[in-house]
Amino acid sequence: MAIWSIETPIEDKFRKKLCAGDSISLSGVIYTARDAAHKSLVEALKSGQSLPFDIKGQTIYYMGPTPARPGQVIGSCGPTTSGRMDAFTPALLAAGLGAMIGKGERSAEVKEAIKKQRAVYFVTYGGAGALLAKTVRKAEMVAYPELGAEAIMRLEVEDFPVIVANDMHGGDLFAQQIPKYRRK
Amino acid sequence: MINLDVKEVTQAVARLCQKSNFELGEDVLEALKKARERESSPIGKEALDRLLENALLAKAESLPLCQDCGVAVVFLDIGQDVHFSGGDLYAAVTEGVREGYKEGYLRKSMVTHPFSGRLNTGDNTPPVIHTEIVPGDKLKIGFMPKGGGAENMSRLVMLKPGAGEQGIIDAVTSAVKEAGGNPCPPLIIGLGIGGTAEKAMITAKRALLRPAGWPGSDPETAELERKVLEAVNKLGIGPLGMGGAVTALAVHAESRPCHFASLPLAINLQCHSARHAEVVL
Repeated sequence: MAIWSIETPIEDKFRKKLCAGDSISLSGVIYTARDAAHKSLVEALKSGQSLPFDIKGQTIYYMGPTPARPGQVIGSCGPTTSGRMDAFTPALLAAGLGAMIGKGERSAEVKEAIKKQRAVYFVTYGGAGALLAKTVRKAEMVAYPELGAEAIMRLEVEDFPVIVANDMHGGDLFAQQIPKYRRK
Repeated sequence: MINLDVKEVTQAVARLCQKSNFELGEDVLEALKKARERESSPIGKEALDRLLENALLAKAESLPLCQDCGVAVVFLDIGQDVHFSGGDLYAAVTEGVREGYKEGYLRKSMVTHPFSGRLNTGDNTPPVIHTEIVPGDKLKIGFMPKGGGAENMSRLVMLKPGAGEQGIIDAVTSAVKEAGGNPCPPLIIGLGIGGTAEKAMITAKRALLRPAGWPGSDPETAELERKVLEAVNKLGIGPLGMGGAVTALAVHAESRPCHFASLPLAINLQCHSARHAEVVL
């Protein structure tokens, strides 16, 4: 298990070094998108429209924040369940998406697509939304403002803590860790 | 007969929305600290440390513990000698939710229709309100912001009576295993056993209002809670599903009489951010 500090968007030469279980501190730009935004993004791809941001090599964070109080950059901002995005994820990976941040396990199809497209899936701390808010330096609206908390936002983060869950070599945090603690 | 102005209900609900989203109960904090002592996985320990740190920060800065400020689930235990004046009781509760979520900068997660349109209602209404009539002249309001991730992993199983205690243990273990990290373990597992399908579900939800780790009301149910907890904590799912010894903090079960052909089992999972607050008016 390695501990790294990495800039986003993550270059392929760094992405390929990431292994399930590594603790990573991310800094740079990430985009938020959850259920409704994923549906809109994939519909745009299917109808040949351009996406509201250039997705190549970028990182999507499955998150919908609480509203910022006056003077705050963002409200609480922890991850949502990634599995709900599974149906849309292979299409986004094929369009160039490089990394995803969420919580919980992914489907077999998504894990395959991660290998094929040389991407990475990170998990972060579910239910630690107040703590994670402290790593966000800037937040701006990118698309679908009508979706409220589900809109796509561009975040600039500093030392955002994640753990590699699925790497491009087939490594799987859950498959590695859970059996270690299983008891008869 | 006691008269209660519904404006008081609105104010109380608005306060509960905020308190429950900013402050984790001492009982839950204690349970998380004990889990941290018991946890053997390094990743699990780190996760629990961050969750405890998050709780301190949320309370100190009035920040929501979690970005998912939930469906507003409201429990009204109404004394039969209470008379409400000044308007519609349910409208007053709804107004309290509207005010509480706005003033507290809480996330509004409710959509208008489950499968068509799904437009955000903009103020986290309507709440889900459960009413019970109880003896006395007080109104007890319980408030639970219930997150979508954990609620999605709920389950109703109509077991055969012959399944018995082991059938219950197996069904819960299988639900928790399949849920994995999605409901944000370590969990509090609410179980409603017996009654009818709908009574079992509400019983499971209400069991989550107990202080973390308080045993069920009869000795057989309390013993079952211990067995389920032991079985679930053998799964290895651990904090946030990243592997570990602590998958659940507690099991809260309630048993009720049921039809001789039935053994309803409702499973309502509560994430580690087990938020609820109560007030008596």
